Amino acid sequence: MTTVRRLMVGAAAPALAFVVAAAVTSVVLVAAGDSPADFWRVLLSAPDPRDYVAIANATAVLYLSGLAAAIGFRMNLFNIGVEGQYRVATFAGAVFAGQALLPGALNTAATILVAMAAGAAWAGIAALLRVLRGVSEVISTIMLNAIAVSLVAFLLQKVGRRQGETFRTDTIPESSWVPSFPLVPGESSQVYGLALLAVVAGVGFAVLLNRTRFGFDLRATGHSESAAVASGVNVRRMVVYTLLLSGAVAGLIGMPELFGGSHAYGSTIQTGIGFTGIAVALLGRNHPWGIAVAALIFGYLNQQASPLGVTADISTEIIAVTQGVVVLSVVIAYEVVRRYRVRAEQAEVARQLRRERGAQAVSP
Amino acid sequence: MSRGARLWLYALAGLVALSVVRTVTGADDLTSAGTMRAAIIAAIPIALAGLGGLWSERAGVVNIGLEGMMILGTLGAGYYTYYQGPWVGLLGAMMFGAIGGVLHALATVVFTVDHIVSGVAVNIIAAGVAGFLAEVFFADLEGGGPTQSPSLERPMSITVPGISDWSADLSAQRWFLVSDLAGLINALTAGLSIFTVLALLALAGTGWLLWHSAFGLRLRSCGESPSSAETLGVNVYRYKFLAVTMSGVFAGFAGCYLAVVASSGYANGQTGGRGYIGLAAMIFGNWRPGGLLTGSLLFGFTEGARLRQGGESVHALLLLIGVALLALAAWQLYRARRAVALLAATVGAGALWWYLATEAVPDSFTEMTPYVATLLVLALFSQRLRMPAADGQPYRRGEAG
Repeated sequence: MTTVRRLMVGAAAPALAFVVAAAVTSVVLVAAGDSPADFWRVLLSAPDPRDYVAIANATAVLYLSGLAAAIGFRMNLFNIGVEGQYRVATFAGAVFAGQALLPGALNTAATILVAMAAGAAWAGIAALLRVLRGVSEVISTIMLNAIAVSLVAFLLQKVGRRQGETFRTDTIPESSWVPSFPLVPGESSQVYGLALLAVVAGVGFAVLLNRTRFGFDLRATGHSESAAVASGVNVRRMVVYTLLLSGAVAGLIGMPELFGGSHAYGSTIQTGIGFTGIAVALLGRNHPWGIAVAALIFGYLNQQASPLGVTADISTEIIAVTQGVVVLSVVIAYEVVRRYRVRAEQAEVARQLRRERGAQAVSP
Repeated sequence: MSRGARLWLYALAGLVALSVVRTVTGADDLTSAGTMRAAIIAAIPIALAGLGGLWSERAGVVNIGLEGMMILGTLGAGYYTYYQGPWVGLLGAMMFGAIGGVLHALATVVFTVDHIVSGVAVNIIAAGVAGFLAEVFFADLEGGGPTQSPSLERPMSITVPGISDWSADLSAQRWFLVSDLAGLINALTAGLSIFTVLALLALAGTGWLLWHSAFGLRLRSCGESPSSAETLGVNVYRYKFLAVTMSGVFAGFAGCYLAVVASSGYANGQTGGRGYIGLAAMIFGNWRPGGLLTGSLLFGFTEGARLRQGGESVHALLLLIGVALLALAAWQLYRARRAVALLAATVGAGALWWYLATEAVPDSFTEMTPYVATLLVLALFSQRLRMPAADGQPYRRGEAG
């Protein structure tokens, strides 16, 4: 295949997926008696400056969540438990930061480490169950999600302060807050300072995956476990390290909001980011740049969908349908493209063989 | 001993154990007719979801999309029951669940997408569709809202005259074992939903179909060794597709049961992870119908006990769990399996200590019970399980070696 054709085939899969998702969404809207035209007008209208900031914040958080899921996926480990790890970690971080044991920025740095450790520990339960008892991490992480919700609710009542009907942890001292920075000049809402964690984590992920022995072992195990074992990879240890790492990154998800917005853990905690992260990782093909694009798309869709109910009288839930269909159709589209490529290459080989045979027949 | 006889023996042993615990702790609600009824109502949706998982995984397709198919089932049940009554509601739920099944089959069987990936996507889509359509369907109905349906007509229930009154009286006597058995009998003879009977029939029917018919043998061969099945002329694609679709049908039934029997209507987020617990029950049951029913009853019972006198009953269960785990630890130590013995002893001692140190278990912890039970059971017994050999592996005609 020529380079141009190869690039076009590569771009075909995501394009196809979005066409399918758009079509399915429109069909659902028509079937429900809503106007697809209104939907697309709202969704594709130019965002306000304030929306840009919201999209940037959402993208950073979704990127971290997608990264956490992707680390496991690259090794064929399905960490469905990012949601639980994120909740446990954010809670642990908020409690620690609220104690103000350390001054200023030290407190912030230590809190990030505490949150990562808590996320890793929660994922570690699944890792131990998997390597010691052979329990599939898919089931155990799902169960740990549910347990995390109840456990954190219980602990919040124990250590939190009552505020009206709900509880929240102690507010982090102001000296430890991380200032936000303006994305659009003159706009009052700003991007969380710790949103930059996403950039750091992304670079770290890329370096780890492509430039270290650990990353090589991880990818090797993901491609073929038997081949990895044959080349001396300790798969059990890799499972533990990978899940711990995945949990540690999940621990970062709540940090931008904690230090830039809420300054405490309470009932306003954003739920479902962990699950959306799985979709983001799948859409981004578990690739550092791919996840970034996917996080941006999801962040954009979420933000643009929010006025749907007011301006077009369409339930904002429709955007979850769009997102789900995008994910499913993108994995299917990649499979179709892969099959097409294999067939094209086979045809190419066959053609060359024919040509060589033809040349041999002529030469003597 | 045959498999069936052993199941009955386990059931009897379980009842005796519960009876002892009830007598020792004085947690009288533990085996009351009310708790037994709540346990059955909690167990059936889990069993039906597990049954869906059984169909799919026996044909070699891992199905964590059960949760999503169940969500679609609750929505279908809500819509069709409101307009046409519970029987059409059941069909509607099965149809909605089947749509989810077809989607999963399309992705995994036709396009050989990773089964977990497809399952996750099905769950996301289903939750989105249900959230969106619930608003469209129910927002303008009287008694409904954007996230829930109006209350729905319940399917008929069966009460056996005579036995039901007599067992209710006996159950209230609090005699050792007799009253506990009477509680169970009362739950099965008074106000038993026809859908419960139907679910049990579906379970038995599946057991017969998959293990005693040529069709079942072919279907299971697709899950064990699809390439061998192919050489014998089995159309593996067709069997897998059918199995995953049936999986959706049963998950839809599970959703219907949740919406019209376990509660009085559709509500967003009603499934609460029961699809996953069904899957866990099926794994616990070693991919067999009898085992998955046992697992479902186990989870259903913890749920039922929680819903009634949660703090007290779950507290009493801690004693049972503690003693049982310590016994298991001793047995495993005797069999020289030190890792399991250590795990069982640690958790068992923890449970006993908790039982002795407290009077009741806080609500947040009773909520966790089914999930912790799932983890514990899988951790202790996962080594004895054997899943279908080709479960979760992609299959393409003519490619397998």
